Amino acid sequence: MPSATVETLARGSAGLFLYPDRRHLLGLEGIPRDELLALLEEAQRYRAMLDRPGESTRELAGVTVCNAFFENSTRTRVSFELAEQRLSATAVSFSAADSSTAKGETLLDTLRVIQSMRVDLVAVRHGSSGAASFLARHLEAGVINAGDGAHEHPTQGLLDLLTLRQAWNGRFEGRRIAIVGDVAHSRVARSAFHGLRALGVKVAVAGPATLMPRGVERLGVSVAASLEEAMEGADAVMALRLQRERMEQGLLASLGEYARVFGVNERRVRLMKPDAVVMHPGPMNRGIEISPAVADGERSVILDQVTNGVAVRCAVLLRCAAALAGRAR
Amino acid sequence: MSERTEIRGARHWRTGEPVDVTIEGGVIANVRPAGAKATTSGAIVEAAEAILAPGLVDIHVHLREPGQSSSETVESGAAAAAAGGFTAVACMPNTSPVVDNPGWIAWLLARARGVRCRVHPIAAVTVGQAGEQLTEFVSLEAAGAVALSDDGRPIQSAETMRRALEYARHTRLPILCHEEDLTLRGQGQMNEGATATRLGLRGIPNAAETVMVRRDLDLVELTGGRVHFCHLSCEGSFGAVRDAKRRGLEVTAETCPHYWTLTDEALIDFDTHAKMNPPLRSERDRDATIEAIGDGTIDCFATDHAPHTLEDKRQPFDQAPFGIVGLETALGLTITQLVKPGCLTLERALELWTEAPRRVLGLPEVRLEPSFPADLVLLDPHASWTVDPERFRSLGRNTPFGGWTLTGRALATWCGGVLTHMVPGLGAEGRHARPAGAGAR
Repeated sequence: MPSATVETLARGSAGLFLYPDRRHLLGLEGIPRDELLALLEEAQRYRAMLDRPGESTRELAGVTVCNAFFENSTRTRVSFELAEQRLSATAVSFSAADSSTAKGETLLDTLRVIQSMRVDLVAVRHGSSGAASFLARHLEAGVINAGDGAHEHPTQGLLDLLTLRQAWNGRFEGRRIAIVGDVAHSRVARSAFHGLRALGVKVAVAGPATLMPRGVERLGVSVAASLEEAMEGADAVMALRLQRERMEQGLLASLGEYARVFGVNERRVRLMKPDAVVMHPGPMNRGIEISPAVADGERSVILDQVTNGVAVRCAVLLRCAAALAGRAR
Repeated sequence: MSERTEIRGARHWRTGEPVDVTIEGGVIANVRPAGAKATTSGAIVEAAEAILAPGLVDIHVHLREPGQSSSETVESGAAAAAAGGFTAVACMPNTSPVVDNPGWIAWLLARARGVRCRVHPIAAVTVGQAGEQLTEFVSLEAAGAVALSDDGRPIQSAETMRRALEYARHTRLPILCHEEDLTLRGQGQMNEGATATRLGLRGIPNAAETVMVRRDLDLVELTGGRVHFCHLSCEGSFGAVRDAKRRGLEVTAETCPHYWTLTDEALIDFDTHAKMNPPLRSERDRDATIEAIGDGTIDCFATDHAPHTLEDKRQPFDQAPFGIVGLETALGLTITQLVKPGCLTLERALELWTEAPRRVLGLPEVRLEPSFPADLVLLDPHASWTVDPERFRSLGRNTPFGGWTLTGRALATWCGGVLTHMVPGLGAEGRHARPAGAGAR
């Protein structure tokens, strides 16, 4: 299945792909610092390639990838597809709307069917926390977690790290970042926690108490009483997306009050270091968790994040494909 | 299965003395010091100093019939019970349909005829377990129900609960309460705390249980009704029950092996086999469970045996159902986790599985004395064995203890004098129970 091209690559990147389970990327939790840095280095190489118009490689020629999206997503899916095309993989995508799940087929059966069509890698997005590791346990294919419930979104975590690497000139140690908003429901936040912690970044979280999960400090972050406290002197801020249904669930009073108390606005951005950057995983609710002036302002690296997403996914696809090739040998 | 059985050289579970016991006509014919002259007819079991005790009783099992026989049947559940050393179980009514009328009680009792364990049906408190209209408590008792419970679908209305407690005074039936405020549980999947936060799973706070325990304690005070708290899992519940008992309130409570054995960290890999409700709690709650067992806050043990099919459990975590099987690991987990570490004597542990649950439900007494029913278990508290779910008699394989090595197991079980379980290969080892008699030797 995995082609000779990939085998060559596996050898070329010796040292990176040692563990048998590297055919999967299920989360950033537990990935050691050196491995993260190597992945970022690789991703930076792809970022450079993306910035050269029209350039692509044959690195994943002969590798078949399926993007299985059981939850709506535009940017992540498009980002995976573009990464796959840049590396010349054979790629197909489907989303829940046109899948068999509506016909009563179980998630595992659906994916086994896909696998039987000789798919090497599956990038899966699913609303249930743990869905990616569940599939990884039962499938031979490599599983790339494209977001599972409120658990992890590791390629988002990596693109956030790559963006910070660029903003911080490669130095993570001793930096401080504020991650603010709906931490409870955010897989983006969890992946960020694990990645940032491994790289020595201090993370402060802030947001409404109703959206702050219990025991979050056990993930190695500190809980600030306010956005001001979290952002004061920070090197970056990441505003998390607020789902409007949180209000219907009785977790919030009003969007207006949310914006006033928990929104990232210019006044709060000025509390950070002069060169601090502003991030958002998208899609943004302008005027709620982030003010338009900040989103479009000079500190914003939000669109860089998106470009970096393609680069990071190139690196991850390659890593998983190489691990698969290693297994096949 | 012979009419007459001799169990030789067993140790009496209370006195520790070696005894020979004769079973005849379904009852204990006599109990005497070991070594007396043996009779010649019937089966002979060499106990080789294994412990003989009344059969274990589990007052909280889900046998899944009527309606869910792909998960378990009365027959398979009873076989699992026998294999675990149990001679009686009480089965919960949250089936499909709900056991909420005398007809289903009669059906279950008929269904249980000839299975390997006595089956005592529990009836629903409200019609369809919908939490609104009371069922016919008096008729249900007459039909053979031993208790009332809306287990799995706890009564949310305090008013309905109040009326149920009042009306139940026309019977001797206790109301078994699965204590859970469903609004506090919400979409919760596991214990609220650091592990849930790490896994991105919605949490169920301890308060979902404790607020209802406290509510029902107040309602017991108001009505003089009889409440038994099912599967208590957390510190706050134990504290509330402890205080209530100190005030003289007549309530009883159970807990289950998983709450004294595991914490929510067992779910770290999204293992749906550790998904149950109430959820596995924190280390602090686990310690509190053991403390509550030790100081008598807990009146008896139960398993909350909840079989599910492989398909049901092999799903993403939030889609898999709550519940684990427990009948075949209960004794091993009790000895391994409570007796061996010295939290409990073996005698007290066995009390909590035998006499204590009988008292809670008012089931007839079983003593190791002549003329009592021969509902017995011969157990080896030192036997080490490995849990292999594939060998369970239960149709359910959903246990977090697969592969665990446990100490202590039932070697043989008799229900009404009938041998319902015997460890295979025992005779070959020349140790412990060996069915002898006419055919054997």
